[in-house]
Amino acid sequence: MATVIEPAVRGPYSNELYAPHPEGLLGGNHNTVTLGDKIADVVIGGRTPKAWWAFFLFGFMLLQGLVVGLAYLFYMGTGVWGINQPVAWGLAIVNFVWWIGIGHAGTLISAILLLMHQKWRTSINRYAEAMTLFAVSCAGIFPLVHMGRPWLGYWLFPFPNNMGAWPQPRSPLMWDAFAVSTYLTVSLVFWYVGLIPDLAILRDTAKHKLQRMVYGMLALGWRGSAYHWRRYEKLYLLLAGLGTPLVFSVHTIVSFDFAVAIVPLWHATIFPPFFVAGAIFSGFAMVVWLAVPLRHFYGMKDFITDKHLELCAKVMIATGLLVSFGYFCELWMGWYSHSLYEWETTYQRIWEGPYWWSYWCLITTNTIIPQLLWFKRVRTNELLLFLIAGSVHVGMWFERYVIIITLSRDHTPGAWGRYAPTEWDYAIMLGSVGLFITLFCLFIKFLPMISITEMREFLPFKQGGRDGHAVMENAK
Amino acid sequence: MSNTHTGDSPALHGIMAEFTNADALVASVRAARLAGYSRMDGYSPYPVGEVADELGFPRSEIGAIMFIGGLCGATFGLLMQTWITVYDYPISIGGKPFWSWPQYIPITWALLVLTASLSGVFGLLALCGLPQPYHPVFNVPQFARATRDRFFLCIESTDPNFGDGSGVKTFLATLNPDSIAEVPE
Repeated sequence: MATVIEPAVRGPYSNELYAPHPEGLLGGNHNTVTLGDKIADVVIGGRTPKAWWAFFLFGFMLLQGLVVGLAYLFYMGTGVWGINQPVAWGLAIVNFVWWIGIGHAGTLISAILLLMHQKWRTSINRYAEAMTLFAVSCAGIFPLVHMGRPWLGYWLFPFPNNMGAWPQPRSPLMWDAFAVSTYLTVSLVFWYVGLIPDLAILRDTAKHKLQRMVYGMLALGWRGSAYHWRRYEKLYLLLAGLGTPLVFSVHTIVSFDFAVAIVPLWHATIFPPFFVAGAIFSGFAMVVWLAVPLRHFYGMKDFITDKHLELCAKVMIATGLLVSFGYFCELWMGWYSHSLYEWETTYQRIWEGPYWWSYWCLITTNTIIPQLLWFKRVRTNELLLFLIAGSVHVGMWFERYVIIITLSRDHTPGAWGRYAPTEWDYAIMLGSVGLFITLFCLFIKFLPMISITEMREFLPFKQGGRDGHAVMENAK
Repeated sequence: MSNTHTGDSPALHGIMAEFTNADALVASVRAARLAGYSRMDGYSPYPVGEVADELGFPRSEIGAIMFIGGLCGATFGLLMQTWITVYDYPISIGGKPFWSWPQYIPITWALLVLTASLSGVFGLLALCGLPQPYHPVFNVPQFARATRDRFFLCIESTDPNFGDGSGVKTFLATLNPDSIAEVPE
């Protein structure tokens, strides 16, 4: 190798003190090098916080509930659950909608906030996208096992077969199969495309040969060529542009599973916007739940600042009000429609029926408690925000429970029934939480939790970045 | 170190200069273009759109690829559902016409997004020649910082003005780089 001019001395990069970030979106005193090292060091440095082991083992333990629960379910059949007529959907569908709702914030943060030039997305988009993938994976389990004969799951998709039969493309259930599998695939490629430059960073900073080989293979030989960047950014922008309407369409279709039925209070045009707002609401609650431990145990407060948490809280109050407006609309339409069945079912839901308490749990946790977010002191208090996000998780679960349980009291009293989940319902539900925690812990350990490339671009000029030079302006 | 290319030394991929910031790279690419070089590439740890502009690559092909991909997927989706419900397996559902196209929109849309996204991703990989485990630029030790904090301009040996490379080195030295290196093939 012939070098004409020797490389410059590689001393410490710079000890300069930088001005605080004008929008409060960056703490510490970071330049491109310190920022990249701090994030990459979690993955390649080898030091794993004790808390990681605690979370991982806890999640892995819960995951066994899923393994055992599914094994027993496959052995015995769906009779081990509490489902029966009239409540044939049960916790499986409650959990499906709950998880898929959580899974919507990742793509939302990544895609919509990108299109809207919101710089604060940069700190949270990577782990929010990972959250999306894992939540959608958890969600996907439930409709599959709820079918009773999951080994015939491929019947959901149209393929030429010797029975000469096709699935019904006018049915929301077939829409659901297409929407959810498309969403999972697109979220996966969006996430992976975003990861490629970061994998190249890990390849070049790896400490062991194995790391260098694995990250090198995953990075596909990325070398940061200007030609590649140009195509890359265009692709990223277009994926965001497609991802945004995709988020809306997927949860709209999930709501059609209910709204196309003629069950009172399900057959409502409010369902699609109401479901989408709820999905964003619960997704941001999960983003807060994940941000707090990352800040605490990995010292990511420089990148996920108080300002980020406050912005998440503001999105939560906005979407929370939309959801509450949906609850109000359901009551209003029940009364104003003068439909005997609509009003009677409403009355059963909120007062007269055996599950009235679940409705009030929902209103308390989803409408009343989140009103605390109006106060800046609450939005900037990590503990309170964490607790409120927890309340939203409970509330969004109850929202779907209340919808499902509506089946217990529909048109004729002769068809009424009761529903109670069994321990196998709960085993699979908690097991899916375990699956999520396990996958997320593995993600934190092996992949950069924050996009190094985008954070570098986001750094002010003086600190070696492009001052949040948005991907939008380069994408051509 | 010799500037002449002897039979023993490997063929050159190009000559590479290292810069400390993005603006220096943009200015250098512009200077190289004005000096008559055309086969070159800029490398940066994060996207710098102006570099591609200066390299004469103002617009990528990805948009067209994704548009065509999406169009194919949507057409396939609509035709598939039409085939199923009108020709191969017509059954009356709630008295709706066999060709009840508004109900085919969700699947048509899902397939549009799916095929557009996948064609974009595979288009990116194909156009960039990825995965590519070996590339000559990685032979330069300081290029390890291309994913860290340094910016590189490589004038490639396929450039008509490359000659034996000595002129390129002299030219790159005028750009005030941190280092200049030969990139063996």
